[in-house]
Amino acid sequence: MAEKITNNDIVQEENLVYKKTDLLTDKSLSYCPGCGHGTAHRLVMEVIEELNAQEETIGIAPVGCSVLAYEFMDIDMQQAAHGRAPALATAIKRLYPEKYVFTYQGDGDLAAIGTAETIHACNRGENITIIFVNNGIYGMTGGQMAPTTLPGMKSSTSPYGRDVETMGSPLKMTELVAQLPGTYFVSRQAVHTPSAVRKAKKAIKKAFENQKLKKGLSFVEIVSNCNSGWKMTPNQSNKWMVDNMFPYYPLGDIKVPEE
Amino acid sequence: MAKVKGSIVVDIEKCKGCEVCMPACPQDVIRLAEEVNGKGYHYAHMANPDACIGCANCAIVCPDGVITVYRKKVDA
Repeated sequence: MAEKITNNDIVQEENLVYKKTDLLTDKSLSYCPGCGHGTAHRLVMEVIEELNAQEETIGIAPVGCSVLAYEFMDIDMQQAAHGRAPALATAIKRLYPEKYVFTYQGDGDLAAIGTAETIHACNRGENITIIFVNNGIYGMTGGQMAPTTLPGMKSSTSPYGRDVETMGSPLKMTELVAQLPGTYFVSRQAVHTPSAVRKAKKAIKKAFENQKLKKGLSFVEIVSNCNSGWKMTPNQSNKWMVDNMFPYYPLGDIKVPEE
Repeated sequence: MAKVKGSIVVDIEKCKGCEVCMPACPQDVIRLAEEVNGKGYHYAHMANPDACIGCANCAIVCPDGVITVYRKKVDA
């Protein structure tokens, strides 16, 4: 019978299984408790760490909740005007074709004010990666209705629920860009459970590796929660997301290159 | 038979007490502490440390990346 193992015996450097990547700065994230943005940030940084590309990556921060992404990601970053991140990424990639260039955008940025830039960058087939975090609401400005808000979903500007008659249907950006010949890899993932996070990381890694193939744009949507905007606790919002968001935004790879 | 024992270390001051780690834990180890951190959040801690297997599920879903996981093989 071995002697009792104490907590101090386990918490030793040689037993380390998982720690936050050093590519995330030590600043406390500005996001609400339970927000999927933090997990998405960490996955992107873990992928860059695995590719050993801290010096070779340029990120574009959007406008929205994740506008301060450059404070948290310890890589070269630019911050674009609202919605114009794919245009800025196009310029940077053309000037530095050997660098990994990615944009990190929310749904208010990518699917609303930046729809034109997104669609045209996808259509031109720029060799960049777009990470699209979709929580179906404008989180930063106080939970207004976004193009991705679900039918009947309440927000501060649709207090009786989104009426499809007058406000249109939610915009499925990911399916839309998958139709374009310029996109090479299009996938939709989530970050609410450990297995979903692992799958999302695989998709993000593939999206970054594809840049070296120079075959087109890689687009990864991450369906996320906005517990503050949806007026729920983080775990309630994750459950609501599974029950309501996933039927409309089904997870999985939408466009996979043929091997 | 070799068994694994795990342990987590939570960065208390950065934990926002969102509870996302709690349903992710297969061993029901994590609870929020009675005490609060400097920001006023009840932070996550190991309420049942003996059951931890160091699977790192909590750390993988933690939005703020405040959990560090350790695992050691022990001869039972």
